[in-house]
Amino acid sequence: MSKVRALIGTKKGAFILTADGQRANWEISGPHFAGWEIYHIKGSPAHPDRLYASQTSGWFGQVIQRSEDGGKTWEAAGNEFKYDGVPGTHKWYDGTQHPWEFKRVWHLEPSRNDPDTVYAGAEDASLFKTVDGGHTWQELPGLRTAKGHLWQPGAGGMCLHTIIIHPERPERMFIAISAAGAFRTDDGAKTWRPINHGLKSPYELPDPDAEVGHCVHRIALHPSRPDVLFMQKHWDVLRTDSAGESWHEVSGNLPSDFGFPIDVHAHEPETIYVVPIKSDSEHFPPDGKLRVYRSRTGGNEWEGLTKGLPQRDCYVNVLRDAMAVDTLEPCGVYFGTTGGQVYASADSGDTWTAIVRDLPAVLSVEVQTLP
Amino acid sequence: MIRVVLPYHLRKLARVDDEVQLEPGAPTLGSVLDALEARYPVLRGAIRDHGTLRRRPFVRFYACKEDLSHEPPETKLPEEVVTGAEPFLIIGAMAGG
Repeated sequence: MSKVRALIGTKKGAFILTADGQRANWEISGPHFAGWEIYHIKGSPAHPDRLYASQTSGWFGQVIQRSEDGGKTWEAAGNEFKYDGVPGTHKWYDGTQHPWEFKRVWHLEPSRNDPDTVYAGAEDASLFKTVDGGHTWQELPGLRTAKGHLWQPGAGGMCLHTIIIHPERPERMFIAISAAGAFRTDDGAKTWRPINHGLKSPYELPDPDAEVGHCVHRIALHPSRPDVLFMQKHWDVLRTDSAGESWHEVSGNLPSDFGFPIDVHAHEPETIYVVPIKSDSEHFPPDGKLRVYRSRTGGNEWEGLTKGLPQRDCYVNVLRDAMAVDTLEPCGVYFGTTGGQVYASADSGDTWTAIVRDLPAVLSVEVQTLP
Repeated sequence: MIRVVLPYHLRKLARVDDEVQLEPGAPTLGSVLDALEARYPVLRGAIRDHGTLRRRPFVRFYACKEDLSHEPPETKLPEEVVTGAEPFLIIGAMAGG
């Protein structure tokens, strides 16, 4: 029978949850790296027991951890993230130019077919790559030449938080940065260009249609439709049918189109999920009701999913990397909250259960479907 | 022999239970840190920046009730530390909350 392994990064350590294909009973291991912020954990699609974790601390900096046995044991890998050449400057909060400074790794994206190749999305926004299993990391500096001098941190820092490798053409990748926008490479990360046409940010930018500067919170795609991407922006949910050449809004009847994560059903490429949050001033669900919204039409028409989720007095947030799906039938959907709950649905979102509660604030959720 | 006391998180990272005993090339602040990182490479970057070797902002160095955090790497450590009578302390700075 298949198994599911959920990799949970929190403000105070990592937790690994496992269950069989029924997804009813969960075993919890952790905290791993207790007391450290674990921004992200992800397994190699080519070797699922090879896990990579971004362990970080305001005191002691960045550590990359690696496991060969699905998270039972870990070894520290390389932690030197050095910008290529003289990194130059980007826009700072006061409008001046500010030197690029490495702070932490937000997201790790292993190659689909080589367990030793991993991309790392960093703050200050930059993309790094290892081809030796994390021992050494090299920056891919072409990204920062895509108008990097105009990028500016948002309140959460100038982070590269989303990395999507095209399922058939690995030389094409999509990344997203807060607050710079979405970018695409078609030549294996040598050159990049902004793909933000159609994004509108009238409350955040002096030019609502600017080529860069948009606060993209998350993008997602279904592997069978790699030209279709969905985006949760600071405000607005959008989609593109042209690999980012242009985007259009699909917020439709959402109670709020502000939010952080967005994800796609494993078997239905037009079924997508978001978690509406009241506003950028009030980072909690509208009306104190925690609701996942599902669209089965690729956006515009949304239904609130509430069964098993708290429908009163709930004031948690769900962060951008804290939602994932499994590939079982029916598709499982998972998300973690800043209140420390991890909710799971084994029926594509119809009903939900807290598979663990009272963890530290959840920063990231990834799910592996194992044989 | 110089005794070095690490903060909890760096002891866990280096997988040591107790203080560390080192024989640095010279009895200076920088040499002790060099020797520490040579024995425990996982600590490279956790105490000092990789490239500049500047102390990370929220790490402190104490010895014999003195704060050596702002001293240059060639600073000679107190005699009590050099003889092993007193430890050299690496501290994670206090943070409120």
